[in-house]
Amino acid sequence: MSTPSLPILAALAAVGLAAAAPAPPRLGRPATPAEVARADITILPDGNNLPTGSGSVAEGEAVYVAKCQTCHGVAGAGATADRLSGGIGSLASGKAVKTVASYWPYATTVFDYVRRAMPLTQPQSLTNREVYAVTAYLLSIDGIVPKTAVLDANSLPLVKMPNRDGFVSYASGKPEK
Amino acid sequence: MAEEAAGGGLLHRRNLLRLGAATAAAGATAGAAKAQSVGSGSPTWMTHPGATISGYGAPTHWRDAVKRIGVPNPSAPGTGGSRTPIHMLEGAITPSGLHFERHHNGVPDIDPARHELLIHGLVRQPLIFTLDTLMRYPMQSRVRFIECAGNSGVLNRPEPAQVTAGDINGLIANSEWTGIKLSTLLDEAGVAPGAAWVIAEGADAAGMSRSIPLGRCMDDAMIALYQNGEAIRPEQGFPMRLLVPGIQGNANVKWLRRLKVTAVPANTKDETSRYSELMPDGHARQFMLTMGVKSVITRPSFGLTLNGPGFYEISGLAWSGDGRIHRVEVSVDGGKSWADAELAEPVLSKAVVRFRAPWMWDGGPATLLSRAQDHTGAVQPTRAEWLAQYAPGQGYHFNAIQAWGVSPDGKVANVYA
Repeated sequence: MSTPSLPILAALAAVGLAAAAPAPPRLGRPATPAEVARADITILPDGNNLPTGSGSVAEGEAVYVAKCQTCHGVAGAGATADRLSGGIGSLASGKAVKTVASYWPYATTVFDYVRRAMPLTQPQSLTNREVYAVTAYLLSIDGIVPKTAVLDANSLPLVKMPNRDGFVSYASGKPEK
Repeated sequence: MAEEAAGGGLLHRRNLLRLGAATAAAGATAGAAKAQSVGSGSPTWMTHPGATISGYGAPTHWRDAVKRIGVPNPSAPGTGGSRTPIHMLEGAITPSGLHFERHHNGVPDIDPARHELLIHGLVRQPLIFTLDTLMRYPMQSRVRFIECAGNSGVLNRPEPAQVTAGDINGLIANSEWTGIKLSTLLDEAGVAPGAAWVIAEGADAAGMSRSIPLGRCMDDAMIALYQNGEAIRPEQGFPMRLLVPGIQGNANVKWLRRLKVTAVPANTKDETSRYSELMPDGHARQFMLTMGVKSVITRPSFGLTLNGPGFYEISGLAWSGDGRIHRVEVSVDGGKSWADAELAEPVLSKAVVRFRAPWMWDGGPATLLSRAQDHTGAVQPTRAEWLAQYAPGQGYHFNAIQAWGVSPDGKVANVYA
């Protein structure tokens, strides 16, 4: 048996290096559309992924009084938890009052957050109808939607929040507009 | 007298040896009254067997006072946070049990056998990973800091709060994280054209949800499974958390269960209502994820009274979400003169570095400052410069130069200098 030549050694070394850093395994299990649908509760600002159903301001007020008011106060005035109403126009005053009405840029965020996280003691306990309704009620307190409003997957993304254009993205580390 | 590196008694480290003799003599005198071991026979712990082995070691009971700082919110015990007592610690690594906490609805007790991670959205193939599956992937270990966006926000108040460095700055922790590079998993799912964001969601009762630019997820982000060599603590996200080095704490989503790849950010509650920064003109900064260059002196600091004039080592922490710390300067005369502190190796990117500077205190009033610069050239702003960027009352991303005032009686106060 002859001694391997230098080029052969180099080739063997190259194979060894490749073996030491193999492509990562591909072990993820394909998720079915049904599995994704059950897990995905993200609502995008354009209304993407909003569920079916609808809710009115009047229904929402009843839900709010029963399940939200203890912490958030009468008509969203704030108590042990955040104030949710009022403050529109205050952001540049030096005494900003940040509420859903005055600060939040998208109404879809109200639906997304209430459904996933509220009430604090029983998150994800509200039906989609209740979430639409309580969203409608919250937005009605400051007249962002009329008292007669019924919100659903079509109408909710069309709601224009007072502070819709109030945010400047710094995602790149610098202001982007 | 040793040559000074800056005014007020800041010394060059090369003078330390020369100083050693004098300082040691003074120390011997001061410590004589408390000595109970050497010179008075064997203490009881030398004449009786010690405790037996234990399954999981705990810190010494002689340091029972070293605890996270914070009390539960009575109206919502799961929300709020606790702070790392940085004024009682040394080195750069935060003990796992003292890593600050910030929860948005409590710490979930997740059964790892029933926890899965879903990657979906703008991908070629949505995928589900169990913890056992993830354990079979190549892993990486990185020492990286996590800082809450609200850290040090109390320094926005008109009058300086007289509380410890841990109370003020304790929403910072530095750990070795081990896990799987996120780009490996995103590549396996196949990111589709048009994708620009990844929306991360936790399996806690807040369904904590944050949008992260895709570029950061494909860069140095990881799915962390281990913290300082053991499974991530429940308070930090067991069984897995997102770690995007350098970004504000809450966006490193704990108890990670879902990553949705999208073209646009979700504008979740915690990236609009919270963790956005209102400016004086009424507009707010959004997605300002990177934590800026920052430093804080932990010794001396409020509550750690100096015991008479003489030698002290000034010690503190510095970090930057943009990369490595390049330099930390220290002043004891309120910023009239500065000396470079020594950076304790290793100086790692997006990690806390310990800095130290020798100081011979003359017993007079002193104002201690530290000023960090990172490798991009960014330097900590003054408090006035920082405040001018934002509307009154804003406290996120506070990274201004901080000051401790030492009075002749040795007491240390939080001061604005």
